[in-house]
Amino acid sequence: MKTKPKPKPMGTIGTALACAGLLLCSNAYTDSVKIGFVTTLTTPAGVIGKDMQDAVNLAVDHLGAKMAGKDIEIFFEDDGFKPEIGKQKTDKLVKQDDVDFVTGFIWSHVLLASRKSALDAGKFLISANAGPSKLAGKLCHENFFSTSWQNDQTPMAMGEVLNQQNVKSLYVMAPNYAAGKNMVAGVERTFKGEIAGKDLTKWGKDAQLDFSAELAKAKASGAEGLFVFYPGKAGGAFMKQYQQAGLVESLPLYTVFTVDSIALPKLQGANMEGVLGSRNTMFWSPDLDTPGNRKFVSGFREKYGKYPSFYAAQAYDSIMLINSGVEGAGGNVDDMDAVRSAMKQANFDSVRGKYTYGNNHFPIQNFYLREVVEDADGNWTSKIVSTVLENHQDPYAAECKL
Amino acid sequence: MNWDLLIIQCLNGLQLGLLLFLLAAGLTLIFGIMDFINLSHGSFYMIGAYFCASITNLTGSLILGVVISLIGVLIVGALVEALLARRLYRNDHLDHVLVTLGLILCFDTAVHFFWGAEGMTIPLPPALDGQVNMGDIVIPTYRFVIIIAGLLVAGGLYLLVNKTHLGMLIRAGASNRVMVTALGINIDRLYMIVFAIGAAMAGFAGMLIAPITEASVGMGNEIIIIAFVVVIVGGIGSVKGAFYGALLIGLIDTLGRSYLDDFLKLSMPANYAETAAPALSAMMVYILMAAILAFRPRGLFPPATKS
Repeated sequence: MKTKPKPKPMGTIGTALACAGLLLCSNAYTDSVKIGFVTTLTTPAGVIGKDMQDAVNLAVDHLGAKMAGKDIEIFFEDDGFKPEIGKQKTDKLVKQDDVDFVTGFIWSHVLLASRKSALDAGKFLISANAGPSKLAGKLCHENFFSTSWQNDQTPMAMGEVLNQQNVKSLYVMAPNYAAGKNMVAGVERTFKGEIAGKDLTKWGKDAQLDFSAELAKAKASGAEGLFVFYPGKAGGAFMKQYQQAGLVESLPLYTVFTVDSIALPKLQGANMEGVLGSRNTMFWSPDLDTPGNRKFVSGFREKYGKYPSFYAAQAYDSIMLINSGVEGAGGNVDDMDAVRSAMKQANFDSVRGKYTYGNNHFPIQNFYLREVVEDADGNWTSKIVSTVLENHQDPYAAECKL
Repeated sequence: MNWDLLIIQCLNGLQLGLLLFLLAAGLTLIFGIMDFINLSHGSFYMIGAYFCASITNLTGSLILGVVISLIGVLIVGALVEALLARRLYRNDHLDHVLVTLGLILCFDTAVHFFWGAEGMTIPLPPALDGQVNMGDIVIPTYRFVIIIAGLLVAGGLYLLVNKTHLGMLIRAGASNRVMVTALGINIDRLYMIVFAIGAAMAGFAGMLIAPITEASVGMGNEIIIIAFVVVIVGGIGSVKGAFYGALLIGLIDTLGRSYLDDFLKLSMPANYAETAAPALSAMMVYILMAAILAFRPRGLFPPATKS
C-alpha cells in the first residue's frame, strides 16, 4: 500500500475511444430510451433501494416495456450511501452509458453531489426522493424535476398538525445532514409553540442508532411532543427505543418519513404496539384513492406481496413522468425542449392524483395526516386521517429564477 | 442541573461502555497475545446478532437463541483461526489488515446472501420490554439487562484471566510470547481458544444490541473502529485496560452527546452549537485517544512487559 496505483494509460485511452464512439453513434441512431437509476443497494439502507427498484420494474411492466414505441433500458447504480460514489456513478451513467434521464436519489447529500454531473452533461435529472432546499431555490435548473417533495414541506404539514392539536412545546430529533436540517427548519417554520430542545445525530454509513442519551434528554425537557425524522433502518431502531423507554404515553410522537412500510413489518414482528395510532404527515398513502395509486398499490402488492413504501411510489412516478415526457416528444428524446414542456404538464396518472409543477419543477400537491393502523389482513399500514395542506408549494420556489 | 438526568446518562454511558468492552476484550487479547490485527472482529459481532435473531425467531426463546448462537460464534471463531489467522501470525501487520479486510467483505456478502439486505429484529419477551423505576430515574429494563450481562461477562473474564491456569497462560502470552513457547506450552491450542473466546464475546455484544437497533449487514464495521480506540487507550493486550478504556469512552461519548450542545451554546449562537455539537462529540473519543497517547504512549494499563 506504499505506492499509489497509477492510472493505466491504456485504460484512459480506451475510455476516451469508447466515449468518442458513443458520441458518434448516439445521436445518429437511438432505438431505446435509456434511464439511469441511482439509489442505495448496499449498506442497510439497501432495503430502500430495493423497494425503489421493485417499483421501477413494476412501472416498466405497466408500460409494457415501451415508451412511445421504444424499448426502455434501465441502468441501476448503487451509491453506497456516499455522495462521492453517487457522483461517480452519475458520471458513469452520463458518459459511458449515455443515458437520457438520470433519476433515483434517496439522499439529499448524494443528489447535491451528483447534480452537476448530470445537468452539465445536458441530461434530465429527476429526483425520486431527495428534495434539498438548494435545488428548489438558488440551484434550480430547467432540466431538473422532482416526483417527490421539497424536504421542508412534509414537516411544515406536521407543524400545522401540532398547532391544530394545541401542542405547546416540542422536542426535535433528526440526523445531522442536509435533509435532516431541512426537516427541522420545516417544522420550525409552521409550528407556533416553543422548541424545548433539539438533537442532530450522526448520520451516514456509520449513523448513530442508539438514541438512549437523546431520549433521556427529550423526556427531561418536559416537552409535550416529540418530532423526529429518521428514514430507513434508523426509523425502526428509533421506534423500538422510544417504546422501550416507556415514552408512548408521556411524550406523544409525531414523525415524518420514519414510520413507513419498510419499518412497519419489522416493528410488527418485534411487537412494537406503541407505533399503532402514531401520526405522520405525507403527500401520499397506500389508501389514497386515485386511479394511478389503485393500479400501483394493487400491482405492487400482487407482484411483491407487501405494501409499497413512499420511496417506491415516487420511483414509480419518476418512470411515469419520464414516459409522459417521451410520449409528448413523440419518442424523440433528443428534442429536450419537447420532453421538458411535456413533463412540466405532469400529464400522467400520478400515484398522488393530479398535481402541477411550480417554476422550480417541484410538485405543488396536497399533504395528508396519516395514522398507523392494522388492515383487514392484520398487516400494519398507514391510513389517511385528513388533508392538512392543499396544493402546497415549497417556500424556496421564490428564490428560483426560472 | 438535573441530577436525575445526569445519573440516567451515566447509566447509558455505562451500557455503551460495557458493549464496547465485550468487543474490545477479544480484540485486545488477540492483538496482544498473537500480535494479530483482526479488522474482521466486528463480523463476529454481526454474525452473533444474525444467529441470535434467526434462532430466536425460530424457537421463540431469546435464551435459547443466545446460547445456541454463542456456540455458533465460538465455532466460527475457531474455524477462522484454524483456517486463516493461524497462517498469518508470522507475517507483518499489513498482511493481517489486507486479509481481515477481505474477510469483512466475505462475511458481509455472505450475510447479505443468506439473510438479505432488510436486517432482522429480535423481539424481546414482555418482561424485558418495560422500564425499571427507581424514584424519578426510569431506565428501559433491557438496558439494565445489558449492563448486568456486561458486568457478569467482565467479572467472568477477570476470574478466567487471573484465577485459572488458562488465564495464567493468556497473561504470560500477552507479556512474553516467545518465553511461553519455550516452556513447551501448546501455543496453537492456546491461540485457538483465545480467538474463539474473543469471537464469542464480540458475538454476544451483537446479540445484546440487536433488540435495540437490529441485526444489519456491516453493523460491526463502524463499532470496531471505536473498539480499536478502546484497545489503544487501555493498552494493547490488557483486559483491565480494555475495561476501563471502554467505560471511559462510553461515558465520554454519551455525555458528549448529552451536554456538549448546551456547553457550546455558552460561547456561540444556538444554531452553530446545534450543528457543531454532534460533529464535535463524534470526534471527542479520538481527541481523548490522542491526549492519552501523548502522556502514556502505551495506553492506560499496558501489560507488564512486552517482547
